[in-house]
Amino acid sequence: MRRFRRHGHESQRDRLKQELFHFNKTVEHGFPHQPSALGYSPSLQLLAIGNRSGAIKLYGAPGVEFMGLHDENAAVTQVHFLPHQVELVTLLDDNSLHMWTLRAHKGLSELLEIGRFMLTGPPGAPPSVTRVTAVLAHSSGELLLLGTEGGHVFVVEVPGFRELEERNISLDQVSNSVPDDYIGRRNLEHVEALQENPVNPNQVVIGYGRGLMIIWDLEKQRAIQHIPATQQLESVWWTEDGSYILSSHSDGSYCRWMVGAEDVNEEEEKSDIPYGHFPCKAISKIVQLPTEKGPPFLLFSGGMPRASYGDRHCITVIQNKTQVALDLTSRIIDFFVIRDGPKHTGDPSALVVLVEEELVVIDLQTEGWPVIQTPYLVPLHSSAITCSHHISTIPIKLWERVIAAGELQNTHYSKKPWPITGGQNLAPDPPQRDLLLTGHEDGTVCFWDASGVCLYPMYKLSTAAVFHTDADPNDNMNQGTEGEWPPFRKVGCFDPYSDDPRLGIQKIHLCKYSGYLTVAGTAGQILVLELNDEAAEQTVEAKVVDLLQGQEGFRWKGHTRLDVREEPVLFPPGFQPFALVQCQPPAVVTALTLHSEWKLVAFGTSHGFGLYDYQQKNNVLIKCTLNPSDQLAMEGPLSRVKSIKKSLRQSFRRMRRSRVSLRKHHVNNAAKIQDANARLEAELAEMELAPVQRKIEARSSDDSFTGLVRTLYFADTFLSDSSHNTPSLWAGTNGGCVFAFMLRLPPVEHRADEPVTAQPAKEIQLMHRAPVVGIVVLDGHGAPLPEPLEVAHDLARSPDLQGSHHLLVISEEQFKVFTLPKVSAKMKLKLTAVDGSRVRRVGVAWFGSSRSEDYGESGLVVLTNQGDLHVVSLPGVKMQVQYPCIRREDVSGIASCVFTKHGQGFYLISPSEFERFSLSTRHVVEPRCLVEVPLHSDNSTKHRPLHDGFSSAHGNARHDSEDPEVLQEIQKSLEGDQTSFLENNVKSAVA
Amino acid sequence: MVLPALLQPNSRLGSRMSKQQHYRTPLRLPDNVVEVKSKFEAEYRRFALKRNSPGDFQEFYRLLQTIHHIPGVDVLLGYADVHGDLLPINNDDNFLKAVSLASPLLRIIISKKEDEPGVFATNSLQRRKKGLGLTGLRTTVSGSAHSKNKPGLMIGLPQNFRQISSIIDVDILPETHRRVRLHKHGTNKPLGFYIRDGVSVRVTPQGVEKVPGVFISRLVRGGLAESTGLLGVNDEILEVNGIDVTGKSLDQVTDMMVANSHNLIVTVKPANQRNNVVHRGSKTSVGNCGSVGSVGSTGSTLSHDSPSPASQSNPITASNSIAEGDSDNEDDDRDLILENDCLTPFDSHHITNSNNTNLYDRDSPTSILHSTTVRTPLPQSISLPNSVGASLSDNSTTMSTLNGNTASSSHENMREDGNIITL
Repeated sequence: MRRFRRHGHESQRDRLKQELFHFNKTVEHGFPHQPSALGYSPSLQLLAIGNRSGAIKLYGAPGVEFMGLHDENAAVTQVHFLPHQVELVTLLDDNSLHMWTLRAHKGLSELLEIGRFMLTGPPGAPPSVTRVTAVLAHSSGELLLLGTEGGHVFVVEVPGFRELEERNISLDQVSNSVPDDYIGRRNLEHVEALQENPVNPNQVVIGYGRGLMIIWDLEKQRAIQHIPATQQLESVWWTEDGSYILSSHSDGSYCRWMVGAEDVNEEEEKSDIPYGHFPCKAISKIVQLPTEKGPPFLLFSGGMPRASYGDRHCITVIQNKTQVALDLTSRIIDFFVIRDGPKHTGDPSALVVLVEEELVVIDLQTEGWPVIQTPYLVPLHSSAITCSHHISTIPIKLWERVIAAGELQNTHYSKKPWPITGGQNLAPDPPQRDLLLTGHEDGTVCFWDASGVCLYPMYKLSTAAVFHTDADPNDNMNQGTEGEWPPFRKVGCFDPYSDDPRLGIQKIHLCKYSGYLTVAGTAGQILVLELNDEAAEQTVEAKVVDLLQGQEGFRWKGHTRLDVREEPVLFPPGFQPFALVQCQPPAVVTALTLHSEWKLVAFGTSHGFGLYDYQQKNNVLIKCTLNPSDQLAMEGPLSRVKSIKKSLRQSFRRMRRSRVSLRKHHVNNAAKIQDANARLEAELAEMELAPVQRKIEARSSDDSFTGLVRTLYFADTFLSDSSHNTPSLWAGTNGGCVFAFMLRLPPVEHRADEPVTAQPAKEIQLMHRAPVVGIVVLDGHGAPLPEPLEVAHDLARSPDLQGSHHLLVISEEQFKVFTLPKVSAKMKLKLTAVDGSRVRRVGVAWFGSSRSEDYGESGLVVLTNQGDLHVVSLPGVKMQVQYPCIRREDVSGIASCVFTKHGQGFYLISPSEFERFSLSTRHVVEPRCLVEVPLHSDNSTKHRPLHDGFSSAHGNARHDSEDPEVLQEIQKSLEGDQTSFLENNVKSAVA
Repeated sequence: MVLPALLQPNSRLGSRMSKQQHYRTPLRLPDNVVEVKSKFEAEYRRFALKRNSPGDFQEFYRLLQTIHHIPGVDVLLGYADVHGDLLPINNDDNFLKAVSLASPLLRIIISKKEDEPGVFATNSLQRRKKGLGLTGLRTTVSGSAHSKNKPGLMIGLPQNFRQISSIIDVDILPETHRRVRLHKHGTNKPLGFYIRDGVSVRVTPQGVEKVPGVFISRLVRGGLAESTGLLGVNDEILEVNGIDVTGKSLDQVTDMMVANSHNLIVTVKPANQRNNVVHRGSKTSVGNCGSVGSVGSTGSTLSHDSPSPASQSNPITASNSIAEGDSDNEDDDRDLILENDCLTPFDSHHITNSNNTNLYDRDSPTSILHSTTVRTPLPQSISLPNSVGASLSDNSTTMSTLNGNTASSSHENMREDGNIITL
C-alpha cells in the first residue's frame, strides 16, 4: 500500500518535472566563427553567411534568423540565393552542392536542406573536370551554371539538380570558336567568373582564369563575343544596362569592355590600376552600380600597393570625385550592395562587407558614408571575452539610463535604419528586460540587451582610464592625414590587441536596483562604479589591501599592481568609478560580490578575501586564507605553464649547444653527434610516449591553491542564535573551507561615520575538501534569500524569518545542506562519487510551470565538467533532470557559461558566439519568424513546368501542372512530407 | 563475508587459513584419537580426544579447566599449528580445525585472560566502532543465525591491528574479479596508486572485442594500495564504489576515486588471475546457499595455489554492502565545524581575537560521543580532543568575558586555529 502510494507520488512528480523543465538550445548570439561565404537575396532581403564548419545562417530584419548545418563538416565556399525564390544553393569545400529552402510550418518558417548534388564528369575524367569554381544562379530560377576547374560549364536544373548535359558548355566548344592566335598559345584555365547579362538572360559571360572572357548565348549555344584580356582574371561584372563588362585582375588593374559589338577582337575600352605605379595586389571583386542622377558608384576590394599597404584589408568606394579606401579590421570574405526601390534596382543605399571577424555596413546615401550599427552579428569578441554576468528583470529606470549613456557613445553611427529587413519577426515581445554584461581583456565591460533574439549592444564601459597604461591615447586617432594616398578610413570595431593584460576584467557584479556596479580584474583591482547621467571629472582614490596579513616567506612572482592615475580623470556619462581597491599581492580576483543595501563589496583572490565599505571607503575585514606551505599560489598567473615551456626550450637549447660546441672544437667524432641526436630523439620519444596517468589521492590541506577564494555571499540570516538575524558574509575556498563572518552595521543615520565591523563566527572544513563553488542560504520555506534591495523594491516576497534557515554549500563534488544557526549536516547529494562529474558552474533559478500560471519552484542549475546540465531541487537537494549540453572537451565553453534567474543560460561556442539555452518551459527566447515567397511580377505569372525527373522521382505520374485539380492532389499528397522540395515549387506555381 | 587482510605483524594469516581449509574435511590419520598436550603456566597435561567426535568448544574449554584444576578462571586457548604459529581456539570451528590438524600431537597453550593484553581495554572508541562495524557487516552479509550466536568470532585479534583493506562481496562477484576496500580514514598513508587508459578485451557472443578500459598504472612504494597486496599494476578497474566505470573517461574515474577516497571500494579484474578468491561452494556443489553459509561461518579463502575455475559467466551484481546506507558511509560527513560565537570584531587597524570556544562536531548520528558536551578553550593547543560534540548557541557569559580579551597575535592565533582544525 505504502509502496503504491509512493509510486503515485513519483509519477506525479514526474509530471510536474515535465511541466517545469525542458531543455533546448534556442539561438546563437554574436558573430559566426570563421565565416567563409556571403550571400544576399534582394527580393527576400535576407543575408546568408556560411562558415568553415559547414553552418549556414540567414538574417533578415532584427529577430529574423535561421540556422542550418550541413552534415558534411566542410567549409561553405559559396552561397547563392535562387533569384526571387526562397531557395538557396551552397557550395562546400568538398565540391558538394546543397539546396536549402525556407519552409513555412505552423505559421513559422524553417530552414531545411532539400537536396544535395555532386557533379559527375565523364568516366575516367580527372576530378578537376568537375571541381566547381564558379556558380551562377540564373535569373529564371531554374538553372544553375557551374563553372569548373577544368574550364567546363555545366548546366543543372534546379531545385532538383538535374544535369542538362545537352546544354553544357565544354571547353572544346569554346576553344573552337576562339581565334587560333589566342587559343593556340594559351590554356584557358579554370572558370573564374560567370555573370548573366542584366538585360538579356540568355547571355552569360564566362571568365577564364587566364583572362579570356566569352559571352555565350544559352539559347543558341554559341559564343557571341570574345574578350581577350591578358591578365589573370579575378572577377567580372556586367553593368546594369548590359553594355559594358568590367573585369578585375590579379595585378591590381580593372578593365571596362564594350558589349555587343560584333567584332570579336574588340579593344578594351578603358584600363586602370587605381593604386598603380608600383606593383599592386589583386582586385578580387569589382562592382559598378548606377545612380538615378549623377555618376555611378564603383566599388572594389583589394588592389592595394603590394609593398607599402599589402597587409591592409580594403574596399575602395568611388563616386564622382569622392574616393575612400575603407580599411577593415580583418580579411574580407565578400561584400554586396543593397539598392533602393521596390525592385531593388534603384540607387545604392548601403554597402555590406563581411570580414573574418565582423560585419560592417556602410551608409552610402549619407554624406561621409558613416557606418550603420548592426543590430545582430555584433562581434562579441572585439576584445576577447574574459567573463560574463547576467542580470534578469532590469527595472525600467536603470534600463533607460543605460540606453541613454550608450546613445551618447554611438553618435558617430549613421541615423539610417537597418537596411536588411527581410521576414517578419513573430516572436512576442520579451516579457522582461535582461542584461548580459561581458568583461573583456582590454578592461572594457559591454552591456548587451539580452531580452530577445538579438543580442544588441547597449553601452560600453572602459576601466582603462583609471590607470596609466603603456598605450598612447593618441594611438587610436586614425584620422588620415590630409592628402594621404590611398585615402584610408578605418571602419569596424574588432580590436583584439589589449594594451595591458592586467586590465582584463575577471568578475562583474551589478545591483540592478541601485545602479552600483563593481568590476574586478587580473591585477587584483576592484572598482566600484556608480551610474551618473552627467560627465564628471574626478580622482579615483586607491586603497591597497594586503591580503597576506603578515604571512612571511613569500615572494610574489607575478605581475605588478596597476599604476593609478593621480590626477582627476574626466569620465563620460555612464558608469563612473569612485572607489578602487588594489589587492596585494596583485593576483587575479577570483570572487566578487556587492551588497548595495549595506554598501559593501567583498572580494577574494588566491591569497584571501576582504570586505570593503564603499560608503566610508574603508576596509572592514581582511582574511588571509593562504596555506603557509603553498608556494604555487605565490607565483603569478601562467608561471607554471611558462616553466614547462621554459624547460622544453632549455632542453632543446642544451641539445643545440652541445652540437655547436662539438663543431667548435673540431671534434669530428660523428659518433658523438649521433649520440646527441639519439639522446634528443629519446627525450622527444619519452615526452610523446609517457602514458597519461592520473594520481589517485585524497585531497589534503597541503594541496596547492587551497586558499583560493571561490565564492563570496552576503546573507541576512541566523548566524549566532535562532532569534536574531544578522548580516553576514560567507566565503568558500578551493580547499573546501567555508568562513562565516558576522557583520555589524551601524544604524542608517550613522552609516557614514560609525564603522562597520565583522567578526568571525563560523568555520566549516568539508571533510572531502573539494572546492566550494557556491553558498546559498535558504529561508524557512526553503527558498533562497532574495537579492539585496529586492524586497525593498517590492519585487520579492520578504524571506521567511520565522522558520529555521538552512545553509547550502555547493562544492565541486557534492551539495550539502546544514542547519543554522548551529551548523550541522542535514542532507546531501553526492555528484562526483556517483558519476565522476564535477560542478563547474552553479546558479539559483526559478522555474515556472507551463501548465499553471502561479506554480513555480526554485532550483539549482548546475553545469558539470562533463558538459551536462542538471537541475537540483531546493531545499531537498534531489536531482531533477539532466541534459547533455556542451561537449566535455570544450573547456572554455563550459567555463564561460552563465545562468539567468529564470532557467536560461549562455555559453561561448566560439570566441565570438554565445549559444543561448533554456531549461525552463516558461522562459524561452527563440527566433520565431516567417519569410514569405516573394511576389515577383515576372515569375509569379510565368508558367513553370514541373519536370519529369522530379515527379517520377517522387512516384507521381506525369501530369499537367496547369490542371488545378491535379495540383491540389499533389499538394495534398505532399502535405506533411517535410523533406520534399516539390511543395514550394507547386505552391509558387499556383500562386 | 569479509576476509580482512591485516597489516603487520601477522601477514601470513591468510595463507595459513587457506591451508587449514584444505585439510578441513579429509581425515588422513588412520588412528581415531588425537593426542593433546596442554600447558597452563608451568604445568603440562597430556590427554587424548576422539578425532571423530571431539565435542564442541565449550566442552573442551570445561575439560581443560577441569584437567588443569582452574575452574572459574577465565582463560584463553591457543594451539600451535604445523608451522609453529600460535593460533587461538575460541569457537567450535577453530577447535575442530585444531583437532583435525593435529599431526600427531595437538599442543594447547592456556593463558589467563588478565595476562593477555585486553581485547577492548586499550582500544580507542574508534577502533571499537570499527570492530563493531566489521561484525555487523559479517552478520548482514552472511545472514546466518549461526554466526550471530557467536559474537566472539575471532581468528586473530583484529583489534590489535588497523584494518586498511578488505576483500568484500566474494560471494556475488565472478571469481575473476576482486572487490577491494581501502580504508583511508585515520591513516596518513597515501592511497598511492595511479591509473591510466588502456584497452580491455571482452569476450562477447560475437567474439573477442576490444574496448577502452581504465587500468592501474603504478603503485607508489609504501602506499596503502601497495601495502595491501590486493591491487597490482595493470589490474583493470571495473567499478568504483559499486558504480560501473564503463564509458567513463580517465578523468571521470579519477574524480570518482578521489571523491570516494575516504572509503574507496574498487572492483578490479586483476592482471594476475592466479591469486583469485575461490568459491568453496562452487568446487563442491551447485547449491549456492549451502556454500554461502559455510563460507560465511568460516571466512573465505585466499587460494594461493589453485587456479580459478572458469566462472566468467557470473554477472557482476551490485553489491548490497556498498550501498549508501553502509555503516562506514558517514565518514565523509564529518566536516569540521568551528563555531566562534565570541570573537571580537575585526577592524582594519588591529585585529583582535579572543580565546575562542572551538568545537569539533561530529555529526554522525551513531557516534556515542555526540551526547557528551565538552568545552575546550584552545589557545595554541595542538591536540584538539578528537571527539567533542556540543551545542553552543548560548554563550553569552563566555562572550562577555572574552570580548575584552585583546590578543595582539590574534591573527596567528586564528591561523593556527585553522590548522588545528584541519589536522
